[in-house]
Amino acid sequence: MTSGLRSSTTHTDVEAIVVGAGGAGLWAALELAREGIPTAVLTKLYPTRSHTGAAQGGVCAALGNVEEDHWEWHMFDTIKGGDYLADQDAAEVLAREAIPAVIELERMGLPFNRTPDGKIDQRRFGGHTRNFGEGPVRRSCYAADRTGHMILQTLYQQCIKAGVKFYDEYHVVDLVFEGGEANQGGRCSGVVGYKISDGTLHVIRAKAVLLATGGYGRAWRVTSNAHSLTGDGMSLAWRHGVPLQDMEFYQFHPTGIVGIGILLSEAARGEGGYLLNDSGTRFMETYAPKLMELAPRDMISRAIYQEVRAGRGIGGRDYIHLDVRHLGRKVIEEKLPDITDFARVYQGVEPISEPVPVQPTAHYAMGGVPTNLETEVLADARGTVVPGLFAAGEVACVSVHGANRLGTNSLVDLLVFGKRAGIRMAQICKSTSQPGSIQGAERAVRDELLELSTRPTGVRPAEIRRELAALMMDNVGVYRDEALLGAAVKRITALKLEYANVRVEDTGSVFNTDLLEARELGYLLDTAEATAVSAYARKESRGAHSREDFPERDDAKFLAHTLVWRGTEGAAASTIDYKPVTITKFEPKPRVY
Amino acid sequence: MTSNGSVELKIQRFDPERDAAPHWQTFTVPVEPMDRVLDLLTRAKELFDGSITFRRSCAHGVCGSDALLINGRNRLACKLRVEQLGKSVTVAPLPGLPIVKDLVVDMDGFFDKYRSVQPYLVASPVEGSGERLQSQEQRDRFDDTTKCILCAACTTSCPSFWAEPEYVGPAAIVNAHRFIFDSRDENAEARLDILSDEDGVWRCRTTFNCVEACPRGINITKAILEVSSAISAQE
Repeated sequence: MTSGLRSSTTHTDVEAIVVGAGGAGLWAALELAREGIPTAVLTKLYPTRSHTGAAQGGVCAALGNVEEDHWEWHMFDTIKGGDYLADQDAAEVLAREAIPAVIELERMGLPFNRTPDGKIDQRRFGGHTRNFGEGPVRRSCYAADRTGHMILQTLYQQCIKAGVKFYDEYHVVDLVFEGGEANQGGRCSGVVGYKISDGTLHVIRAKAVLLATGGYGRAWRVTSNAHSLTGDGMSLAWRHGVPLQDMEFYQFHPTGIVGIGILLSEAARGEGGYLLNDSGTRFMETYAPKLMELAPRDMISRAIYQEVRAGRGIGGRDYIHLDVRHLGRKVIEEKLPDITDFARVYQGVEPISEPVPVQPTAHYAMGGVPTNLETEVLADARGTVVPGLFAAGEVACVSVHGANRLGTNSLVDLLVFGKRAGIRMAQICKSTSQPGSIQGAERAVRDELLELSTRPTGVRPAEIRRELAALMMDNVGVYRDEALLGAAVKRITALKLEYANVRVEDTGSVFNTDLLEARELGYLLDTAEATAVSAYARKESRGAHSREDFPERDDAKFLAHTLVWRGTEGAAASTIDYKPVTITKFEPKPRVY
Repeated sequence: MTSNGSVELKIQRFDPERDAAPHWQTFTVPVEPMDRVLDLLTRAKELFDGSITFRRSCAHGVCGSDALLINGRNRLACKLRVEQLGKSVTVAPLPGLPIVKDLVVDMDGFFDKYRSVQPYLVASPVEGSGERLQSQEQRDRFDDTTKCILCAACTTSCPSFWAEPEYVGPAAIVNAHRFIFDSRDENAEARLDILSDEDGVWRCRTTFNCVEACPRGINITKAILEVSSAISAQE
């Protein structure tokens, strides 16, 4: 019988491995190349297909090019935006190092929009303020509304220039450890890659492995995320004993295209767009009178739900309007061309003359694989480092975003910490020796993949995926309570059992996307479980985690990061621990805008 | 959402482990009002045959994974609404590249050509800690060609590329243009030399297929002509 696998396995030695070729992975690879470290970058796509390229609005850095700004203000906004759950030492690194990172990108060739005097232009963005909350500030550096595209292109171009070795369309299906799993003092010593074009397994050994695999938005039905965002890195680490941190904090972006979730950037509001309810009222007046449409995303998403619940959605339905008509054709076409195109193509709406229907869409994981400031993965609440394993970008939780991420800070995060990852990994590569042989390390995952691809009967992966996505939308969405979350945990546990019977129809070994989608569904189930379990345990409301049964923030009990470990097969994760938030400059205060 | 009925989805199939040559297979696929061709392909894979194979990622026209030959034209499956095509949709892989399986083509040669034009900024180090200055006019000069997502819709729609597969192709020239006309770059001469080769810009016959095919609306023929003019001026 044929299967999705070929029997041959290749073995390769490098010093560093980067898994994922979005912004964080590419910058790390660039730093490693600068230090002359032999590196392999594995991506299940081509690098230019990575989801960093979908980011639209900009990247914040307190350059002060168009008005006064300071990194301390950016740091404060990040912490307040995150409802005081961000580690303040990490937020400080983010805000300080954003400035040289953006300058370096310009020097690499990124075509930023310019001010009349030729500097990098900057515009407003949600939650970014002057003088600790006084009003909006122009902090977001941008290249029209395709900033992420230009970041991805620029970093990939520089990697080509530096001769970085890419393994395009290699799906990493396992991490290799020696001396035990991550929670037993083990060291990460390599990865197992699956070459999509021919179904062969590739065992690659290295001293340092970076997870830069992005998020898991595909766990929800309405999402802005690419099909490829299935939580691979988080799940693989979790399976090897690494805890996941703050998974209950998942951001819903307020302005997704109704039904399909494609994002209409916050840049539309940064340029002055309005949010209107059925009676044409700018309803943010009620919820955030100072910042209005530029309030943080979690607050606006909740406001939209409140308006819809009160019957003030458009025509009584579950969406509201984003209105940019008053900005005029020139601004709309020159500064917001991509999102104008999205509205035209996907909704048949002309933003120059019509308001655009929008609703919240699952967008970004604040949580993920816990790391320290050097991007080293942590095994527990005490901060024990997992040797050889690193994480940066959305897959990681440093934590800079706390309970809610501000707009543009995802790009800032992947630039600053992608760079730090490369620098730290290069140091580690120079100061440690190669791990022992990892011959045969592919056996476990080979058996799993063989079993998955030769099961004669069973359910289609799509059926489970659809049910999971609907469940996450209904029960683990913008508003939550004990009953919804309890039911979600129970149902996800049951879906995981059903997953054991999933059947792959494609029995070939060439480009078997059926097999890979089934594998990815396993990752989604893991990350969904970690999210629901962590959300169930956090009996307060903070940032993006809104419990209707516990509507207040509870600093006495929950000013802490959640850590959750994976359970044994067939049982929901039940081991949870909390670790304190690092507070340096800003004492927690009520969060009003 | 109410159902819109169904459409006939005709897909070119090829499994290198079973088939000697590509063949066609037709599915009757239920369709929803705002469906795009990518939704149809996904539904056919989910409902009828898990082995239907195609690339996709972002699903909103910014990653460039799902450029396909749809009803005779190169387009992104995620940007093309089914209602614009009527009741019959025919999908084949991009022409002119080796087929790997079904709708998936081998992109390695395409990316090799992209890399051959040195698609990266080459510039002397800058003094101080700030950014390089660039006027708004200088920035506008190459704005159009920064939009490229390397989907290959243009190159594989080009008759010159079909006739001469060594032709570097519109996508690579677009990406060279993006740097040749960037005021910060100091490497234009080297790129113009590469593109003045017999497999460079001169193979363009200005049929404008590339412009028609580009999902990003880049005026590709104009960019190619600007590069050819720059080569002529240099000589």
